[in-house]
Amino acid sequence: MAEWVRRSASRGGLWRALAGNGRVVFGGIVALVLVVVAVAAPVLAPHDPLRQDLLDSLLPPLWAGGDPRYLLGTDGLGRDIFSRLIFGARIALTVAVIAASLAALLGTLLGLMAGYFGRWVDTIISRLVDIWMAFPPVLLSIVLVAVIGAGLQAVIIAIVIVDWTRFCRVVRAEVLVQREQDYVTSAVTIGLSRWRILLGEILPNLVPVLLVLLTLEMGIAVIVEAILSFVGLSLSSDFPTWGGLIQEGRQYVYQSWWIMGLPVACIIVVVLGFNALGDGLRMVLDPVMRR
Amino acid sequence: MSGSYFLRRLLLAVPTLFGVAVIVFVLLRVVPGDPIAMMIPPGAGADDIENLRRVYGLDQPMLVQFTRWLSDVARGDFGVSINLRQDVGRLVLSRLPASLELAVVATALAVLSGGLLAIAGVYWRGRWPEAVVDGLTGLTLAIPDFLWGLVFILVLGVLLPVLPISGRLDPRQAIAFSSQFYLAESLLRGEFRVLGMLFTHLVLPAAALALPLMAVIARMLKTSLSEAMTQDYVLVARVKGFTRGRIILREALRNAMIPTVTLTGVQFTFLVGGTVLVERIFSYPGIGNMAIGAVISRDLPLIQGLILTFAALFIAINLLVDLTTVMLNPRVRHG
Repeated sequence: MAEWVRRSASRGGLWRALAGNGRVVFGGIVALVLVVVAVAAPVLAPHDPLRQDLLDSLLPPLWAGGDPRYLLGTDGLGRDIFSRLIFGARIALTVAVIAASLAALLGTLLGLMAGYFGRWVDTIISRLVDIWMAFPPVLLSIVLVAVIGAGLQAVIIAIVIVDWTRFCRVVRAEVLVQREQDYVTSAVTIGLSRWRILLGEILPNLVPVLLVLLTLEMGIAVIVEAILSFVGLSLSSDFPTWGGLIQEGRQYVYQSWWIMGLPVACIIVVVLGFNALGDGLRMVLDPVMRR
Repeated sequence: MSGSYFLRRLLLAVPTLFGVAVIVFVLLRVVPGDPIAMMIPPGAGADDIENLRRVYGLDQPMLVQFTRWLSDVARGDFGVSINLRQDVGRLVLSRLPASLELAVVATALAVLSGGLLAIAGVYWRGRWPEAVVDGLTGLTLAIPDFLWGLVFILVLGVLLPVLPISGRLDPRQAIAFSSQFYLAESLLRGEFRVLGMLFTHLVLPAAALALPLMAVIARMLKTSLSEAMTQDYVLVARVKGFTRGRIILREALRNAMIPTVTLTGVQFTFLVGGTVLVERIFSYPGIGNMAIGAVISRDLPLIQGLILTFAALFIAINLLVDLTTVMLNPRVRHG
């Protein structure tokens, strides 16, 4: 069993430690709400997010004296903003989970190899990371999506290709520390294969770090998706994305600021949530931070 | 030693830049998607498409295209923009000053406010101002420049319309400049009315870029300052009866600065990368905004030229940071 699991268990339970951390609780609630809204979007949304009604365009939200049928008002084509925000959560969550997991997978694999195998494997992977660091990440993802062609898949691929280095760098550095530990030496002595040591012995000890990075990456993925929709490269406006709403709202910002304001608020809450969750997990799981 | 170190670092930058060039070039050509397809008017025949391909050399094998482009770039010729029909090198140079001014003002804002926050947090340690500083850095660190830009547009541009939210200058005023460095030029000429106008346009995008960097600086400097405050020389200064403010500013700050300088340099590349979107959001005429436009219109030569420019900037910044660290830190210098 990995060191961190035992240590946490010995201190009165991992779950209690997590529940006692305010950041974990806040972030967890935000994540939970996001999941529920995304899954139950068809039930929660009062309108079809795509249905246009030009007679009811640019209606203000209810608090500003709007039509009671449209809680948060309508956009320039008379589509219900509340429903579009709810369905936007679906896309945000999909991108966050899939893109962050794939980036973690690729980055971790390369980081493990670079850190443990050393020599030319490390040289090649580290040079690659150096080259990646010389690109402005936002520009790179925009170029990638433009090249691959708009769409959810392209957004996910772009995030993975741009952000795998975040995992690779940290994992490589961690492996360099771990491989000098006694348990690795013992594993080598009893004749375990290199991959077995990497995946069976070292990797479990990296779980806390990876969990923290993964959570933070989900927040980043939500932002990148919004950025790409904002630039107009993600999905067509048939798919209600938060970034797309922001871009539409930018045009009407002087007449109806809330069209841009509401999705910005959604993204900020989600990003703060994932950040708090990541920070909180780090505090609970990382023995150095906990001291 | 520092001479050979510098040379080694400089030489290492060459393969990195070459790697960037290769990746950009291959990326833009191998992956499905035809750059020519975007620029042909509806109704163009197959001949027209072939002609266009020949004009831009896209009918040649990739290796030929690449060596030709690379040798042109090495001679300072970045090709001609497909969309704007102008020399790419000249286009980039005409927009670069606007971006540099934005980045410099943003960095200055970040260093100044981050430094002040850190000093305030240490000065009032354990009291409410420290909690405010910590809360502020946590919040500004979590939200990226893109979102700050949008929040500023909403709050200071629309809800309380106090500042302009687009462009570099008021389009209704025609002001002649002899260079592209508007800010520096009006400062040198002492034209403070123009300077003020430039600044009101610059302050929101610069602040959006500055906030995340400010948080990083504040957090790092506060940690190092707190650590420095426990050192013996601070105790000596206290025994001598110096005030707390003087001890922080005169004794602790000097020693606590090195890690912050290093980190600021590293983070500065993020700020430069952030200009791409922030310029777009605020319709600011720099190379970032131009880059997004080039991507949307699939202007291959322009995209390549701009990405190389960004990469060269990033590598140069990293090199400078490394050298500054070496010069500031005696342990590394003599190591």
